Amino acid sequence: MNALFNDPLWFTTRASGTVAFGLLTVTVVLGVAGVARYAPARMGRFEVAALHRNISLLALAVLGVHIGTALADSFVPIGWTAVVVPFLSPYRTTWVGLGTLAFDLLLAVYLTSAVRLRIGQRRWKAVHLCSYGAWAVALFHAAGTGSDTRLGLQITLYSVCVAVVLAAILWRLYTVGPGHLAARVGLATASVATVAGFYGFLAAGPLAPNWSHRAQQAQSTEPMGERR
Amino acid sequence: MITDIRTPQPTPGRGRAGRPSLEGAHGERLLAGWSRTGAPTELPEHLDRHGPVPSFTAHDGEHPLIEEIARAGLAGRGGAGFPTAKKLRAVAGAKRTDRVVVANGMESEPASAKDKTLLRLAPQLVLDGIVLAADAVGARQAHLCVAPDTGLDQRLRELVAERRALGIDPIEITVRTPPHHYVSSESSALVNWLGGGEAKPTTTPPRTAERGVGGLPTLVDNVETLAHVALIARYGADWFRERGTAESPGTTLVTLTGAVAEPGVYEIEYGTSVHDILELAHPVGDAQAVLVGGYFGTWLPAAEAAALEYSAAGLASAGASSGAGVLAVLPPHACVLAETARILEYLGAQSSRQCGPCLFGLPATAGDFAQVAFGQPDREGTERLERRVELLLGRGACKHPDGAARLAASALRTFAPHVRRHLKWGPCPAAVDARPLLPTPAETIKDGDWR
Amino acid sequence: MKRTARRLVIDRIACTGHGLCAELFPEQLALDDWGYPIQSPGPIAGGDTRHAQRAVAACPALAMRLEAARG
Repeated sequence: MNALFNDPLWFTTRASGTVAFGLLTVTVVLGVAGVARYAPARMGRFEVAALHRNISLLALAVLGVHIGTALADSFVPIGWTAVVVPFLSPYRTTWVGLGTLAFDLLLAVYLTSAVRLRIGQRRWKAVHLCSYGAWAVALFHAAGTGSDTRLGLQITLYSVCVAVVLAAILWRLYTVGPGHLAARVGLATASVATVAGFYGFLAAGPLAPNWSHRAQQAQSTEPMGERR
Repeated sequence: MITDIRTPQPTPGRGRAGRPSLEGAHGERLLAGWSRTGAPTELPEHLDRHGPVPSFTAHDGEHPLIEEIARAGLAGRGGAGFPTAKKLRAVAGAKRTDRVVVANGMESEPASAKDKTLLRLAPQLVLDGIVLAADAVGARQAHLCVAPDTGLDQRLRELVAERRALGIDPIEITVRTPPHHYVSSESSALVNWLGGGEAKPTTTPPRTAERGVGGLPTLVDNVETLAHVALIARYGADWFRERGTAESPGTTLVTLTGAVAEPGVYEIEYGTSVHDILELAHPVGDAQAVLVGGYFGTWLPAAEAAALEYSAAGLASAGASSGAGVLAVLPPHACVLAETARILEYLGAQSSRQCGPCLFGLPATAGDFAQVAFGQPDREGTERLERRVELLLGRGACKHPDGAARLAASALRTFAPHVRRHLKWGPCPAAVDARPLLPTPAETIKDGDWR
Repeated sequence: MKRTARRLVIDRIACTGHGLCAELFPEQLALDDWGYPIQSPGPIAGGDTRHAQRAVAACPALAMRLEAARG
């Protein structure tokens, strides 16, 4: 409690990051449900679509808080440019950079969705498929940057998110058939490999000793203070 | 076989007053040369008969040929019967100055042979028509599309080269062979293929007159239409109107098939009765029904069909249209439901599988129809069939489902007593035993077959 | 200013049968046995325009648009 009041920005950044990631996960799953024509008995398909859109907008708002508080927090130097240009942050360059990258991809997805009627289905869809990549990049950003990664509850949360998105993707790839078997198997393999890579990274990185030092050391010449 | 050409019946000296050389023994215009010599018309004979391609140079405002075609009242011979002058105007008036002409000789209708016959017997008229239409709309490139399995393409390339060598054609005509499926002769499908895409119909608008081959304004006309253009350009609208009716002027090619002794392609005058037209091919026995227009056409009881005047208005009075110019005679001992069921199955297999109603609805309709024709139908199934036929109308990007629905509905309506007989007793003997009358080539179209 | 009548146009090739439109604009749209829209003919009644606009915006395949009804 004390720490929370002493350091409200830092706690808000961490909390909003976690919430934003959860909302993005829900958005992805609802998007897959829509494209796979999931039709729940008590819910209209248009409601699934509306939830997908509205939760994605909520995620954007929370993401705004996450980025705003991270910038405002004077303890970690990130810099305005690092909001949109990846790998410019002096603080944990790689791991914050991934967050920027995910944000850029999401921005592209949001902006093209706003002008979907004007740019046409094909271009919109091509950009929209980037959301899968954005979600995965955000996952590595969360685990790599987050001070909470070592918490059991946090790891459980990530695992739940990973499980539902993986399940949704595999289900989609299964139901989209028959045909394009090679492409479907390839995408399924890539998805599973990404998840395996994530847990490998967790074990070797954030869960291994001295991560906060290594995360910073990897790129920066100027060691940062460790904060708890 | 239906691709046979009628035996020439030379009756020298029976031409129309004043222009004995322009028409054949029976008033043929497009097939006049064939009528006289019994052989395909070669270039020297063509030039001898019709002279060189007339040129239209100086003109203010509208191209004089378009005006003449409008006065002639020429309607498209590819199936839709759209006024040709209107189409020419749409392309000639397009903003882009680079334009394209596509001559459609695909003739994907299995029961029809008129376009192939025309291209074999009077190809020079078609080539003249292409050059003239290109001049009228201001096109610098022209494509002549024919089916790949006819052997026509090689012959036509030789003819094009011959004309080029003699300096007859100011522009190059490219002979092309798009994939040959039922819907790939639809104008947007041809244009899409010529532009490097698949030979599948596309969503309209934009119409091909606005955005056609490579995005350029494109005129797509049936080869018979263009052959008439070649004659109108030389002899004028008044001459053209000497035959036919006021609303449907001129002559046209029809394919007579089914229970006739001399099936084949005939050139007839609009306004002739269907009875007189069928007599040309000598019907065998008492006809039961006539399929008017082809596989997108209408079944009519033989007596009703015979009494009709063969013209847009005359056929429309019975809810039919000339379509691809097919008249198929159903003999007394045949089952109209069995014939229709086979055609519907064929049309279902020929779908480009782009629109849901055609992809799912058409095969389902064909299945329900086959149940009525060959199975033990129940009332519920028949009602579902009627509902599904209704639901095919106006629900595709092209008119493929509409055409199939029209055929199915006309069979159910015209032969309602026979449908009841099937419902009560099961398939009639003819449905089980009779040999199929109309061709329905079995073909499975794979994904790559549209390029 | 007089409001011009509008009609809903469906791009049948683009349509992939998600069926959201029939939920949002039931006044003019129903679904066939395979989930593809069946459209009642005619222009959109004045009071239904919002529903039609929602259907157009919600279509996952962008297969619908509103046009001025032909006179």
